[in-house]
Amino acid sequence: MQIPYTVEPRPDTGLHNAKIGIWLFLASEVMLFGGLFSAYVLLRTGSIVWPEGSSILSVPIGTFNTMALIASSVTMVLSWAALKMNDLSKFKMYMFFTYFLGLVFLIVKVVFEYLPKFEHHLYPSESTFLAIYFTLTGLHALHVLVGVIVNIYFWGPGSKMWETEPERFTNRVEVAGLYWHFVDLVWIFLFPVLYLL
Amino acid sequence: MTEINRESIWTKYIFSQDHKVIGLQYAFTALFFLLFGFALMMIMRWQLAYPGKPIPANGFIWVIALLGVVITLIGLFRSKKNVITLSGIIFLFMAWIIIYLTSGEGRMPEGIMIPDFYNSLGAMHGTIMIFLGVVPLLVGGLGNYVLPLQIGAPDMAFPKINMVSYWSYFLGGITMLVSFFVPGGAANSGWTSYPPLSDLATTGQTVWLFGMVLLITSSLLGSINFITTVIQLRTKGLTWMRLPFFVWAQFVTAFLLLLAFPPLEAAGVLQLMDRLVGTSFFLPSGLYVGTGPLPVSGGGSPLLWQHLFWFLAHPEVYVLILPAMGIVAEIIANNTRKPLWGYRSMVFATIFLGFMSFIVWAHHMFMTGMGTTMTAFFQTTTMIISIPSVIILSAFFISLWGGSIRFNTPMLFALGFLPMFGIGGLTGLPLGLASSDIHLHDTYYVIGHFHYVVAPGTIFALFAGIYYWFPKVTGKMMDELLGKIHFWGSMIFINGIFLPMFIQGLAGISRRLYDGGESYLHAQDVLFWNEVMSYSAWGLGLMQTVFIINFALSLRNGKDAGSNPWKATTLEWSAASSPPIAHGNFDNVPEVYRPAYEYSVPEASTDFIPQNQKEVK
Repeated sequence: MQIPYTVEPRPDTGLHNAKIGIWLFLASEVMLFGGLFSAYVLLRTGSIVWPEGSSILSVPIGTFNTMALIASSVTMVLSWAALKMNDLSKFKMYMFFTYFLGLVFLIVKVVFEYLPKFEHHLYPSESTFLAIYFTLTGLHALHVLVGVIVNIYFWGPGSKMWETEPERFTNRVEVAGLYWHFVDLVWIFLFPVLYLL
Repeated sequence: MTEINRESIWTKYIFSQDHKVIGLQYAFTALFFLLFGFALMMIMRWQLAYPGKPIPANGFIWVIALLGVVITLIGLFRSKKNVITLSGIIFLFMAWIIIYLTSGEGRMPEGIMIPDFYNSLGAMHGTIMIFLGVVPLLVGGLGNYVLPLQIGAPDMAFPKINMVSYWSYFLGGITMLVSFFVPGGAANSGWTSYPPLSDLATTGQTVWLFGMVLLITSSLLGSINFITTVIQLRTKGLTWMRLPFFVWAQFVTAFLLLLAFPPLEAAGVLQLMDRLVGTSFFLPSGLYVGTGPLPVSGGGSPLLWQHLFWFLAHPEVYVLILPAMGIVAEIIANNTRKPLWGYRSMVFATIFLGFMSFIVWAHHMFMTGMGTTMTAFFQTTTMIISIPSVIILSAFFISLWGGSIRFNTPMLFALGFLPMFGIGGLTGLPLGLASSDIHLHDTYYVIGHFHYVVAPGTIFALFAGIYYWFPKVTGKMMDELLGKIHFWGSMIFINGIFLPMFIQGLAGISRRLYDGGESYLHAQDVLFWNEVMSYSAWGLGLMQTVFIINFALSLRNGKDAGSNPWKATTLEWSAASSPPIAHGNFDNVPEVYRPAYEYSVPEASTDFIPQNQKEVK
């Protein structure tokens, strides 16, 4: 026997199962990052000195990464729209850009931000600012990495499902997209909080 | 059905995606952890009753080992049930762990407990009981098994995620067990793991944090599954106000798990950073330890941990109690042969309770000097949250009124729950008021209070649920006589443990003393209660062997139950007993025509009308 409403929406709720599932998951993610952001607020208000973010971090690199993530969110939507319009090759192109930009974000983050910090002996143990910076961005980078892996899967082997269950595959991409937008959104909060304030 | 037969033993029983098998996996694992956590406490009680004396050749180890041998033999030769054999082997394994724990240099050299090991036992007793025992049994076990049946669903909404949830829990449990074997022993900073102590504690604390991350992942996946299942997979006609109260309780509980655990995960990540990378999230500037000033950057806040921790841990209290109330509601309606009194107000009280539980956490922190404004706020919300609990409890009591009550074992446990939870709840009020909390904080009074809620409260409800749904799961009835012995014995002994704690607490005995207060002058008058409590604890342990024996025997030669032995109305009883292991619980998908508890309807010929029966006959 099949689980009902895996593909088609339930009439009275108007949603399929995975869509509720991902929104619930995102709610818990909001609480996770919410907890860390409140930790940031509490630590900062309780500190005597707190460095200007831009004196330690590079705002241009951060801005570049912000742009990369926002662009990848746009291509994510375009890839889903391509599926809605029955165009698999267009989906593949946009999905490629999505995870490519995600990878660009990660590489820039590690090569141009983390590694130079370590070279200058700016470790998390150095100060509370660096500690919360590495924790927040590190956890966010993990989320980006997971998103990239999921997107590569849907771009590569996962897209076989398009042949057999196109509607289900489109739903999956939509759900992955919701997650990807959330990861993007977290960065939109992280960037001003850590780099600019 | 041919499809089912092609499944191997691995996909059918081990990495199963069927909610019933996963429910049973959860239930069995959780029951063993409950027993293990209980065993840790029994070792502690020796130290409290006879501080500094060597532990005698530990009677109860032999009881557990003997049980293990007997159950293994029953499993191997008499019943040929692999589950029983496996249980027996696990009992033997547990006996070995306990022998390991009660000997050795870092723990109990020559049977005499060293203080650090006492702290380990306390921390791990709390962790194991809550995160590995009670919640997995309530939510993962009974919830997983019963909830899809009660809403007429073929399975949970995400069967694969359900499987991952169990295995993540299992790995978390193994991680916690492993922590006993690392240098320095298991975590010893209390189940609350307050820094700076926990930041500087031995390796066991790191293992504890990794274990917690796995357990949090498990409950996150589980809660997403529960909520989606209730929203999406309710069968035709099962509107929200027709849901059995158990489903409502699980539904609200799942929201608490979903939203309250992530902040603890955040806190866990921060503490891991402190311990592994050398950050100072929870270490204030100028911290001085035995060897001199601590070489860290400082600037952290120990209170930050307390806020993040209690933001989880207070909703957690309602995670422990709501499903228990759900079980009690099912059993009371069934055995009074009356509809629940005030079903709607109970549902709304539950939702309100769930909401309020997020804004009371700092009543655990009155002693931290966080200021009178904060105190006044949290004191007020704490008083408000007692209102919905009282509504639910009152509805239970009024439901009893005028019913022709059947006093079977599940009903006895459900009835036992009411006054026990009542005591637990009422003794909580003085703790929620800042002025009286100053006197009572961190004394045995607190231990007595929350154990009344969780042990004779929730765990009695758990037993009620096990006795009530055992026929559905196995197709056999549990023995009534042994069940009643189990109930009355447990009832007497459990009060013998926890009532004296109020007396000791009011006398000002701190909850963390490793000698039970022997070296304190103000404790001398109430010291003799320690022995009473310890003997009660061991007696309670003995009574649980009655349950284990009843369980094993009934599995083998219990009376056949049929599909609806309790003449109940909810949907799980219209499925076959011991429903087939495959997606799809019902021969025909049931349709619901009426509210959950249509008992003693005047114009009906029977005293109950199942939810899926269309006509009143």
